[in-house]
Amino acid sequence: MLFALLVLIGCQLIGELAREAFHLTLPGPVIGMFLLAAILVIRGGKRQRPLPPDLEKTGEALIASMGLLFVPAGVGVVAEADLLRQEWLPIVVALCVSTILSTAVTGGVMHFMMNRPKRPSVDATLPQGLGEPSHD
Amino acid sequence: MTSVIENLWMPVAPTPLLWLTVTIMAYLVGRFVQRACRNTPLANPVLIAIVIIVAILLVTATSYQTYFGGAQFINFLLGPTTVALAIPLAKNINYVRSNLSSIGVALLAGSVTAIASGVAIVLLMGGSHTVALSIAPKAATTPIAMAVSQEIGGVPALTAALVILGGIVAAIVGQMLLNGFRIKDWRAHGLAAGVAGGGIAAAQVASKDELGAAFAALGIGLNGLLTALLVPLLALVLK
Repeated sequence: MLFALLVLIGCQLIGELAREAFHLTLPGPVIGMFLLAAILVIRGGKRQRPLPPDLEKTGEALIASMGLLFVPAGVGVVAEADLLRQEWLPIVVALCVSTILSTAVTGGVMHFMMNRPKRPSVDATLPQGLGEPSHD
Repeated sequence: MTSVIENLWMPVAPTPLLWLTVTIMAYLVGRFVQRACRNTPLANPVLIAIVIIVAILLVTATSYQTYFGGAQFINFLLGPTTVALAIPLAKNINYVRSNLSSIGVALLAGSVTAIASGVAIVLLMGGSHTVALSIAPKAATTPIAMAVSQEIGGVPALTAALVILGGIVAAIVGQMLLNGFRIKDWRAHGLAAGVAGGGIAAAQVASKDELGAAFAALGIGLNGLLTALLVPLLALVLK
């Protein structure tokens, strides 16, 4: 577990440092996520070497309880009670309609794009091994 | 009687441990309720926990600042856990690679919809510019959304609340909505959850499917990136 925490917090730290150094708008943890994903994919190589079991176990345990981690920030709603009370109607309608719309659009477009007929000529231009996943 | 309770309460309240315990307990109650309701997304454990804790804070007249003194230790874990989303992403990298163009188009469509519709509805319904600017980045993950809100003149704390509430809406309706459109693929469910509902909706999907978790992680990361680029442009137009 300690090794996993070192990796996760280390990537977060590098993410924060990169954010400050390059004045990025992305938060450190998100940069850290892309960094760790890149490291794991490169380390895995073409033969898909399995992930370090410790990292996988700790990471998946954290993700399994991810909902809990949003509770402290969510309780912060009480601190914004005044503004919410004054403009609750536009806020509630915009929040619900906009979230539902974007869920439907993202899921719908993704579904449509994945199920469109494949044009073999496009895939043929890719170098071998990049076009299709090996496990199909 | 009340004075006795107050005396018992007072020496404990300042300690962060109490609010740490309350937070974990409230979330466990939320999870228990969800399980008792056959895992329906309607009984969202994050929402249940927030309602329980807000009620306790109001009844005991405790400030958010005091509460956060204890809860910050949980909040801290959000960073490493966001990094940990790289794990399902790396494990399913082949699926991501073979769907890159689909992901790009769906992401762009979903992200623009989330930003534009939120701002438009607030303004059409007579909401203030401040609220419109605060809601614009609401589909991005909390730290990105707050930073963007600050940059364009919104209220970061309000944005944080809207991110969480929007995530709860997406977690509750997302699965039923997409199933209603006959969309069963976990890649579409995951990406939609990540783009439209951030970490909370992603947590709902991740509890059911690992491939969904990978696409949700990608949705969170890429939508954060896109929101950080698009919303400041929109704010320039609005001014």
